[in-house]
Amino acid sequence: MSAASPSTEGPVRYLRAQTRWHPAETLFWIATLLPFYFLPDYLQLASRIAITALFALSLDLILGYAGIVSLGHAAFFGTAAYAAGIFSKFVSGDPLFGLVVSTAAAAAVGYASSFVIARFRHLTLIMITLGLGLLLEQAANSASWLTGGSDGLQGINIGPLLGTFEFDLWGYTAYSYSLIILFLVFLGARRLIHSPFGLALRGIRENALRMPALGAPTRAHIRAIYTLAAAIAGIAGALLAQTTQTVALDSLSFERSAEVLIMVVLGGTGRLYGGLVGAAVFMIARDQFSGIAPQYWYFWIGLLLVIVVMLLPNGILGGLSAAMDWWRKR
Amino acid sequence: MSASALSTRGLSRSFGSLVVARDIAIDLPMGGRYALIGPNGAGKTTLINLITGMLKPNSGQIALAGEDITALEPQERVRKGLARTFQINTLFPGLNALEAVTLAIAERRGIAGQFWRNIAEHRESIEEAYEILRRLRLADVCYQPTRELPYGRQRLLEIALALATKPKVLLLDEPAAGVPQEESGDIFEVVAGLSDKLTLLFIEHDMHVVFRFASHIIVLVGGAIYTEGSPAEIAADAGVREVYLGKRTHG
Repeated sequence: MSAASPSTEGPVRYLRAQTRWHPAETLFWIATLLPFYFLPDYLQLASRIAITALFALSLDLILGYAGIVSLGHAAFFGTAAYAAGIFSKFVSGDPLFGLVVSTAAAAAVGYASSFVIARFRHLTLIMITLGLGLLLEQAANSASWLTGGSDGLQGINIGPLLGTFEFDLWGYTAYSYSLIILFLVFLGARRLIHSPFGLALRGIRENALRMPALGAPTRAHIRAIYTLAAAIAGIAGALLAQTTQTVALDSLSFERSAEVLIMVVLGGTGRLYGGLVGAAVFMIARDQFSGIAPQYWYFWIGLLLVIVVMLLPNGILGGLSAAMDWWRKR
Repeated sequence: MSASALSTRGLSRSFGSLVVARDIAIDLPMGGRYALIGPNGAGKTTLINLITGMLKPNSGQIALAGEDITALEPQERVRKGLARTFQINTLFPGLNALEAVTLAIAERRGIAGQFWRNIAEHRESIEEAYEILRRLRLADVCYQPTRELPYGRQRLLEIALALATKPKVLLLDEPAAGVPQEESGDIFEVVAGLSDKLTLLFIEHDMHVVFRFASHIIVLVGGAIYTEGSPAEIAADAGVREVYLGKRTHG
């Protein structure tokens, strides 16, 4: 049995090379460990950044890969956050058990809404996602017997991770937990975008109208990725509920949906790391600016957003990679 | 109807009072090379849109190898072996040619829903894609993003994408549209070199090209079939000449 002829070695090797780990990626993940050693006071913040990064990653999967603009992605984040809180209150405080259950809840909501999502595009789609988000927020507000309404959910009771690691005040457990889950989900997402399905998603983003002419079941693809993105957003929501032991209506809010969209756009869409970098920049900026003038901090993030979008259409990472190309060609 | 690779009966479509397709009946035999000609606005692209399902007819039937496909969605028709190219490039600007054609093959092979295996492990699909690209003289540029390809290469990629679906019937909407005359011959050489079993229907304005490559010509005027016949018959038809010289006016 001879292998493929040498002339076709090229394309296979080329596609494999596209999926190889870049040294910068290894550096990135090593850098995520630095807070343990150098910024132990900031582990709680680091944990929230990791969770938000995961949330942004989930949005990038639909926005950056399938081209679905959503202004209601917090629906899934919040659904799972409430599910995790309520589950810990009534059933079990085990974090991993709660994580699985609340992720499934978010995935179920995502799957149900994906049937509507897959039928529309452009402005209609944005308005539908926005509407679904508002709808869920109000539903949670009205069901105060279950959710605590505007007072937030009371009585969350999260046990130690793996029965051993208590969630401490400093956030060692919280950040370890969030970071490990983020990394695992990231590995899965990375595998997905380099799969045939990932290629089909890029096809939908690049030209949704051509896809049917290739015989592609575009709607089925969109339903699948939307459900998956909802599940991942759910993982993030559940992590936040568990690590902070609080859940309030803001987890479902329009503001949260808008912020995560800003993060992905800031970092750069369609590059997996864009959401991660965008989340880190956004959260650190908020932490720093709100120390100076808390009431004005949106002014600065607004300014940052306008500047980045105007000067770097592909976000911070897009700008960096363009700069690197320029440097190499020089 | 079973002998035809593609046939339509009574195919009609109108937008309000504007009739864009009127009672169209065509029969393409297996392996036929049919040209669809007619003045601008005659409804040539509309007919392709109707056949491929991108536009729903008001009435009439479409059959592919004798099977009624009138009710099928566009993507289902593609999976049954009916492919098309677009007059205006309808490509994936950010994908390179290799990725785009591999995508088309992955869809055809039903593996495009797989999200756990690396694309590079689907060696056969990639090799098939590369083979199509090689045949269409695109192999040397297959790693360049589509948006950076010269226009003529993009026209060829249109055809490559359609071929990747392994069509039995291929509808080419002005495959050489916008390509300088000296290059348009190259595109039709590629078209002429396609398998004999493939049934072709192509729209083309250049009569030299039409008479050279078509085995049969359908003339469409004002949304209806004006006449059809062999290239010799059409060349001799005085009415067709009038239509082309614009002495008659048609909606």
